[in-house]
Amino acid sequence: MTTRPEPEGGTDRPVLRVRDLRVAYGTARGSLAAVDGVSLDLAPGESLGLVGESGCGKSTLGRGLLQLLPPGAAVGGSVELDGRQLIGLDRRSLRRVRSEELALVFQEPMSRLNPLMRISAHFIETIRAHEPDIDKKQAHQMGRDALRQMGIPPTRIDDHPHEFSGGMRQRIMIALALVLGPSVIVADEPTTSLDVIVEAQILDLLERLRYEEHVGLLLITHNLGIVAETCDRVAVMYAGRIVEIGPVEQVFEDPQHPYTQGLLESVISVDTTELSSIDGAPPDLVDPPKGCRYAPRCPAKFDDCETIDPVLGHVGEGDARTWSAACLLHESAYPRREVRA
Amino acid sequence: MTATDATQRGPGQDEVVLDVDHLCTYFGVGTGMLSSGEPAVVRAVDDVSFDIRSGEIFGLVGESGSGKTTLGRTILGLVKATSGHIRWKDHDLAQLTEKQFRPLRRHLGMIFQDPASAMNPAMTIVQGVGHPLRIHGMASNRRGARVKVAEMLERCGLAPAERYLDVYPDDLSGGQKQRCVIARALITEPELVVADEPVASLDMSIRAKVLELMFDLKEQLGLTYLYITHDLVSGRFLCDRIGILYLGQLVEWGDSTQVYDAPQHPYTRSLLNAVPLPDPSRRGRDKRLPRGEIPDALAPPTGCRFHPRCPEAFEPCGWEGRDLVDALEDRWTRVDEDTFERELDMVGGDLDKVEIERERVHFPSADAERLTSWLREHGPQLPTEVFAAVTDLTADDGGVSVTFGPGPEPAIQTVEGREVACHLHGITVRDGGTHVGDPSP
Repeated sequence: MTTRPEPEGGTDRPVLRVRDLRVAYGTARGSLAAVDGVSLDLAPGESLGLVGESGCGKSTLGRGLLQLLPPGAAVGGSVELDGRQLIGLDRRSLRRVRSEELALVFQEPMSRLNPLMRISAHFIETIRAHEPDIDKKQAHQMGRDALRQMGIPPTRIDDHPHEFSGGMRQRIMIALALVLGPSVIVADEPTTSLDVIVEAQILDLLERLRYEEHVGLLLITHNLGIVAETCDRVAVMYAGRIVEIGPVEQVFEDPQHPYTQGLLESVISVDTTELSSIDGAPPDLVDPPKGCRYAPRCPAKFDDCETIDPVLGHVGEGDARTWSAACLLHESAYPRREVRA
Repeated sequence: MTATDATQRGPGQDEVVLDVDHLCTYFGVGTGMLSSGEPAVVRAVDDVSFDIRSGEIFGLVGESGSGKTTLGRTILGLVKATSGHIRWKDHDLAQLTEKQFRPLRRHLGMIFQDPASAMNPAMTIVQGVGHPLRIHGMASNRRGARVKVAEMLERCGLAPAERYLDVYPDDLSGGQKQRCVIARALITEPELVVADEPVASLDMSIRAKVLELMFDLKEQLGLTYLYITHDLVSGRFLCDRIGILYLGQLVEWGDSTQVYDAPQHPYTRSLLNAVPLPDPSRRGRDKRLPRGEIPDALAPPTGCRFHPRCPEAFEPCGWEGRDLVDALEDRWTRVDEDTFERELDMVGGDLDKVEIERERVHFPSADAERLTSWLREHGPQLPTEVFAAVTDLTADDGGVSVTFGPGPEPAIQTVEGREVACHLHGITVRDGGTHVGDPSP
């Protein structure tokens, strides 16, 4: 279990505390555990990057926090936001939490904006649904301020969504997400459909907001470069679980899980001189391997990996709570009752 | 490259296999209900020239809307060129009719972006990959086609082929499907292959595998590639030469090592700076990001098309009327509400009432004297360099007129061994370009 160290005085008490989160989908072949026992903390104003490849469960995790899941999905475990348990809340309460405390930003901004409504109407509706005492004029003003903060001219508040480019729409979505002052933003691939320059602009904006508004950011992405540039900590997901979590500098400098190593090596960057990739494919989550889920693809596997399911254990130097990996190459990853062969 | 270098190389090397010469591909766009009668034209590819040499990988890099896909499709005859030439062997591909083009197509392969939609889901792999053989009459019978397909699948890393021949695309993973798409593109033994974002839809852990395969096949089969991508980074590793496209035009092209190591166009620099690096020690570096996004191709900026976004733009880059209004709006995102309202009021209260032309802007201001002196004072501090190009401010009863000086569209010039279209290397005028004012010196 990983916890960010709390500085003296406890001002950095996690704003989001997730424990043993599980999300399972029913399939014709049986139950599929898309998220299988994930725990993480997010401090106020901190940004945590959640990386993994398609199908690893990272998006399901983001949606699972607010139980925004397709019918039939079963959610278990604990999600505490500012000390309040979200698992088990009814839909109405969750809707309130969603705008006021934990905001979501998705990949496709156009599908979240109503094409028939002016941008101002989106702001007025969002604000007044939560704060009925605010009149339309005030809400319009709040919208203009929110747009300005996102670099969108206030003159454009009465335009319709189609009059904006893709990057502007994503800025508008972020402005809408932030207008009620949430303490956490969950952004799921917020820049994936955007060009590289616009992506960098949006990431700069998110970074600035995090400092100015002290908003915690859970950034879900497949792009390790984005994590390296914007996050304080990184959690690497594989087959429904976190396999490594720790400070970005340390994990990128000296990854402790072979999957993290493989992922980092497969990134094609400006400095790449040799191409590298990971053989094989992720396991079937209806019937995952008995031992380590990465073992079938792992170049470093040994006998125990096929039979013992590793837990997240402390790795690296320093505070035992800051950096963990679930790999049997580290003694700390053996479940307590198992003994290293 | 000097002449001596060229002669020392073996025959075949440096031989131009495809020569693209002043190529244009325009699309007509239906006029909307509200627009005036003039039909709108998108210049998707606008006066592009480059060549591809035998055995090389030429990378074409651009953001969405740059025209890179249209350029690739024009070369393959899938989109009709509006003007210009595409010389390949003894043919000018830009001039051919579809009927004349058809027999040549087996020599030109295409690898598409999305493997999921590139394969017909109703055909087994042997049928789908072998389909071009049938179309081009290259297999005498089914048995022969099967043998050829099996051989190509194994070359593409799908071995043993027997396991894949009779399954359907949906039975395969994304990486395996893309290998089939590559096999299909190569089954007719093409000489030139256009690969449009061949790995963009694949997970990162398998991208390298597919790129490696393409690279190996090039060596084994003596292929030449046109590699189209938005991903500047994979281009560095793969390409011998690259061209950077912006709004339908090449802004810089040449030897890829030179372009990556010392980019000479601010757009190339911007693209390189913007790429997120998987190296936390380099975060927080000054990226000098361009403003805004790629503009509407229906009304591209005058002069240099990149100038409204360019972090290095200066006086001659093509500043025009609309840029001044944009700069005011940009300023208003950085000031408080009161300042915004006061300034909006000063320029006439409603931007829709501002008359915007290429060389002139007219603000219907109630207090023309005040606006004139405000512009003199604050113009140079606007978020862009637009005011540097202003040559005249005139106050009259109806408001204030702002006039812009000349801003020619830059011509292509050779800078440090590569071609660049940018005034930073000396002011030039592009023949047939779109200019602000009179471009003659």
